[in-house]
Amino acid sequence: MIEYNFAYLDEQTKRMIRRAILKGLAIPGYQVPFASREMPMPYGWGTGGVQVSAAVLTPDDTFKVIDQGADDTTNAVSIRTFFERTAGVQTTTATQEATVIQTRHRIPEEPLNDGQILVYQVPIPEPLRFLEPRESETRKMHSLEEYGLMHVKLYEDISRHGHIATSYAYPVKVEGRYVMDPSPIPKFDNPKLGDMAAIQLFGAGREQRIYALPPYTQVTSLDFEDHPFEASKADHGCGMCAATDSYLDELIIDDTGGRMFVCSDTDYCEARQAAGHIGKDNGGKDAA
Amino acid sequence: MTPLLSVEGITKRYGTHIGCADVSFDLYPGEVMGIVGESGSGKSTLLNCMAGHLAPDAGQVIFDSRTDGFRDTLTMSEPERRMLGRTDWAFVHQHARDGLRMGVSAGGNVGERLMAVGERHYGDIRDKATDWLGRVEIDASRLDDRPTTFSGGMQQRLQIARNLVTGPRLVFMDEPTGGLDVSVQARLLDLLRGLVRDMGLSAIIVTHDLAVVRLLADRLMVMKSGHVVEAGLTDQVLDDPQHAYSQLLVSSVLQV
Repeated sequence: MIEYNFAYLDEQTKRMIRRAILKGLAIPGYQVPFASREMPMPYGWGTGGVQVSAAVLTPDDTFKVIDQGADDTTNAVSIRTFFERTAGVQTTTATQEATVIQTRHRIPEEPLNDGQILVYQVPIPEPLRFLEPRESETRKMHSLEEYGLMHVKLYEDISRHGHIATSYAYPVKVEGRYVMDPSPIPKFDNPKLGDMAAIQLFGAGREQRIYALPPYTQVTSLDFEDHPFEASKADHGCGMCAATDSYLDELIIDDTGGRMFVCSDTDYCEARQAAGHIGKDNGGKDAA
Repeated sequence: MTPLLSVEGITKRYGTHIGCADVSFDLYPGEVMGIVGESGSGKSTLLNCMAGHLAPDAGQVIFDSRTDGFRDTLTMSEPERRMLGRTDWAFVHQHARDGLRMGVSAGGNVGERLMAVGERHYGDIRDKATDWLGRVEIDASRLDDRPTTFSGGMQQRLQIARNLVTGPRLVFMDEPTGGLDVSVQARLLDLLRGLVRDMGLSAIIVTHDLAVVRLLADRLMVMKSGHVVEAGLTDQVLDDPQHAYSQLLVSSVLQV
């Protein structure tokens, strides 16, 4: 512990990040530039999320990390260990017990409360990036609220696939003003972004941007009048806990086409199994 | 009749070099103005100043906008000017690639302006895009193809469709037929002439091709070294050029 300042970053850096976070909270959906630091992990592993987490953690916090909903994958384990070592904070896998949750590409199934902070790892914060490669131009488009181009992407989806095929990183409009990339969460999670009790912070380390959603912010997914937004998921029940309302991962279990669907949120799934819900691939009867 | 566009004393300098100097004219609704001159004579500078792409050093561009009447487009705020650029104005680039999104289908290209002004009904957007492809003589089956698969002439026609879909009142064209072979040029001119007449468009066409202005333009300005050296009715200027440079320009056209 003596080798590091609390939570790895020095106090001046944390101060700078907190200023960016406060500005982000004051202007929901606006991408605030910040001086991203080198972190002891490669870009793409959550350097932005880790810096935001480091800036908001206090010694009393309980920390949880999920990667695609799971607590036990490489990314989640390494970041959890990182903060155990450098901050000495309590860690947990239970969503309800955590005060700070760092997430990669999912929102926990269980509703979050007003004492919690959800920190997203963001690879590309600019929703217009692949439509308009010039950063100078996209900034101007944000400032002048010119978002027609975002609908061109959805138009292309429908003309090619017959429906809006964008299934993750689905663009949203925040408080009727800024169009925001919600990081690559499945669009199933989009309705949870709005009106959430917890604070949501988004950190993009390589791109050096922080943006935020304060509690109870209005967030609308973009769509067309005749092709409304739909929060889709695999049309199955969870094979382990029989949940029908959670986001599912598809697992290939043999080489003869066998597959099963399980909750991507491991904590949610385990809690349900402990409460006696048993799915059809887990020795239980066929799920509803 | 009040002019649609009234240009007063537009001057643009690049350091000590003159881009265009003290250009003034009025453009009335339904009128097509041609601007001709040699390369480097300041035609494109003038066009870009009027269309808000360049900030001139002096002058006024008064435009009769649909929403709030006469406005100086040079002093209005940038959001207003960009809005004007999507609604009342259209800009046709010489190279279709500058004016199109090459990674987006033809339908998406035409629909972009509609979506930019708030159209949010997929079916309606698609119907309008189909209608406009028909008007510029592109087969409706190409609606979902990317412009990269189109020929040069088709790309230029698609660019025109994309610009005219929101029903602009004033179209700026920068060498719309440049880089196309003569038969495609003729077809495009025919199409443009029909659209301008049918929609009652006003247009400002910059070109060095006198045949283009002869066919399309009602009035003509001849530019040389940043100054307008002669202006008048197209046929009058072309048939009886007064200024030495206009005479040179008219006599330089090859007769086949």
